[in-house]
Amino acid sequence: MLDFPRWKQAFYWSLAAIAMLAALPSIFAFAQLRWPSQLPRPEVNLGLDLAGGSHILLEANPDQVRRQRLEAMDEDVRQRLKQNAPDVRIGDISTKDGTVSFLVDDPSQLDKAREAVLPLTNGAQLTGQRDWDIQVLDGNRIVLTPTQAGIDLAVSQAMDTATEVVRKRIDALGTREPTIIRQGAQRIVVQVPGLKDPAALKALLGQTAKLEFKLVDSTASPTDLAQGIVPPGSQIVPCADAGSCGGAPTLAVRRLGGIKGDQLTNAQQTFEQQNNRPVVSITFDQAGGAKFAKLTSENVGKPFAIILDGKVISAPNINEPILGGSAQISGNFTVESANQLAISLRSGALPVDLKVVEERSVGPDLGADSIKKGMLAMLVGTTALAVFILVTYGRFGVYACAALIVNVLMILGIMAIANTTLTLPGIAGFVLTIGAAVDANVLINERIREERHRGRRVVQAVEMGYKEASRAIFDANITNVIAAALMFIFGSGPVKGFAVVLVIGIVTSVFTAVTMTRMWVANWLRRARPTEIAL
Amino acid sequence: MKLLKLVPDNTNIRFLRWRVPFYVVSLLLMAASITLVMTRGLNMGVDFVGGQMIRVTFTQSAAAPVGPLREEVTALGFGEPIIQQFGKPNEVSIRMKLPEGSDKDAGLADAMAKRITADIKAKHADVRIDGVDSVSGKVSKELGWTAFQALGLAALAVAAYIWIRFEWQFGVGALFALVHDVTLTLGLFAITQMEFDLNIVAALLTLIGYSLNDTIVVYDRIRENLKKYRKMPLPELLDLSVNETLARTIVTSLSMLITLVALLLLGPNVIFGFTAAITLGIFVGTYSSIYMAAPILIWLKVTPKSFVPTESEIDKQERLARERG
Repeated sequence: MLDFPRWKQAFYWSLAAIAMLAALPSIFAFAQLRWPSQLPRPEVNLGLDLAGGSHILLEANPDQVRRQRLEAMDEDVRQRLKQNAPDVRIGDISTKDGTVSFLVDDPSQLDKAREAVLPLTNGAQLTGQRDWDIQVLDGNRIVLTPTQAGIDLAVSQAMDTATEVVRKRIDALGTREPTIIRQGAQRIVVQVPGLKDPAALKALLGQTAKLEFKLVDSTASPTDLAQGIVPPGSQIVPCADAGSCGGAPTLAVRRLGGIKGDQLTNAQQTFEQQNNRPVVSITFDQAGGAKFAKLTSENVGKPFAIILDGKVISAPNINEPILGGSAQISGNFTVESANQLAISLRSGALPVDLKVVEERSVGPDLGADSIKKGMLAMLVGTTALAVFILVTYGRFGVYACAALIVNVLMILGIMAIANTTLTLPGIAGFVLTIGAAVDANVLINERIREERHRGRRVVQAVEMGYKEASRAIFDANITNVIAAALMFIFGSGPVKGFAVVLVIGIVTSVFTAVTMTRMWVANWLRRARPTEIAL
Repeated sequence: MKLLKLVPDNTNIRFLRWRVPFYVVSLLLMAASITLVMTRGLNMGVDFVGGQMIRVTFTQSAAAPVGPLREEVTALGFGEPIIQQFGKPNEVSIRMKLPEGSDKDAGLADAMAKRITADIKAKHADVRIDGVDSVSGKVSKELGWTAFQALGLAALAVAAYIWIRFEWQFGVGALFALVHDVTLTLGLFAITQMEFDLNIVAALLTLIGYSLNDTIVVYDRIRENLKKYRKMPLPELLDLSVNETLARTIVTSLSMLITLVALLLLGPNVIFGFTAAITLGIFVGTYSSIYMAAPILIWLKVTPKSFVPTESEIDKQERLARERG
């Protein structure tokens, strides 16, 4: 029990030394000293609550993806039949109840129609699974129902694209080390440290940036519009604000023949030449530019609506054909919002709307204050504790305190090596671990005291003290690991940070408070051969 | 050097003599806590009910203009805010419930937070936004559920561990002590209406760990003594075990309190509730290991036969020592 061969001592010391050395860069950083750049530099990351920054959880609505697929299918079916079976006449095409269905006027053409749309229902995967089930009802109606596998795949693809778009947009802000992770089926976690203005980030991520150019249907009368009546082939679109459609709350636009804003090569915030108002200049790619030229040449003198995320932001007149492939989007912009839109357009539209369902932002000042106060509390608490232990256990108290210092450094070092994050509750976990680590020494020392009291000789008492106390120390630490592990698994954010420190602290405190002190005590006993110990 | 000795040698306090009155008091306190939590409720933070909390500092003012601030935020039409000072008088937190209809539109909570921060910034030039927490209804339900799971599973898992390491009576005793500690702490939160958030759940988990630590130390000694003194009546044996571990209990509790008081007085304001919960837990946990976890063993009829009646290592050594004379 008290036999420590030299190799064992060397092993324990080197373990402690490695962990303690790894703590140095972090300590340098806390003290704001410079760590030599040629040396390796494992460092404890500071959590957002200490460093300041934003944690944002974005959630997509899978229903939206479902609806979009139905609408796309509606379009595809029309197109497909027009191309492959122009003689088949269909009617009553609808996208109700989560299905696409249509009537074939002549029942004898049913098979032909079915044949024509069948390729649309195949999945993109190699498994041969269908994305849509195809059914015939009443002998003349074809119903296409999306399969669950098809929907799941579409949602998953939309989320992949959305994550990419989010990454592009955040990169455009030029922040350092953002973390962007997909979580579960429909969520994205975004963590950006040291952010000054989280509102701007959220505005940027919340913008779907689906841009459309559609012709305004001037034949609709304002009274009809107010009642929600539109001419056939047109639809009502709300206006972003009063100024954007010349005072009207809504506008009727032509359903077809518009241009989508996904065919862009560039978008920049600039200023309008006449009145110096902020606008967004966009450049179409070749195909988009050609379409835009065609649209504008055929409709000179007519107004067209610029629609962003389902709202008209402006409806200017086409004064002349725009042939160069570039255009300006005007609207009620500030420099910031124009810049934001430009970034969003450059990064592409989000395939699905994202909503902020959780936000945790901490200003850098509060974070710095927390670090300062946390460190002070730790220093004062540890010093007071050390004094208490020293006056209670004398020489054995010195060993306990030495173990405590090694322990603190080791925790920091292991956290740095494992690249974990120190959060505010983590600092509390630190303080708590220090308190709990002392418990092991208290148990041991009290037991030695007891054994001495029962008349055992010094060496035997020390041996018994370590042996008998170890059982309770072991059980107590296992239960603490259980609690900490559950905290880690179920906890979120700050609770997790707390659990990490606790688990590491439990392991190192058993090592330092039991193993290391036993080694020191054994060395002392061998060297001094005391017949009496003060305890 | 004369060392500090808080508990004199051969202390023999008959703790267990008052086990019935203490149990009655504890059970009453638990009932009161549960009633309080049911009637008065916990002051749930945004983590568990959703909504938003904005922390602001008025950098140029001695104290935050709480009255005008309340009126301004109320005027925005999202309902009345709860404005609380935290830390210095010029630092306040503004808490809002979830706006109507946010169960359908998950983005509403966030939109509200946006409106409010913009409004405060516009009306107070010296305001600094220190932090924003906004949580939608769905996420808050998930957070609540996972927190509940973590607490429940932690309690059951450690009780199971103790059952395996000791005997079923000890598992039941430890679990009861845990329930006791957590219930009383919740009662305190119901009385003081301190904010109950995710950090407090971490604090409860910590106090489960600590209280158990204490219980295990006492149980370990009981087990040891049960093997050692086969004939001793149980109440007497429990008293002996508690007294033998008393010095350790006091020194450890004091050690924890020293570090916690440092954290309470000097630490960051943001974790005040967290530290307060653990500090209370130290007292309750220490008390419950002596008065809740130990006496229950009498009623659950633990006997020396609960442990395999073979000669223990200590028995053997003591016998050999006796035989050697």
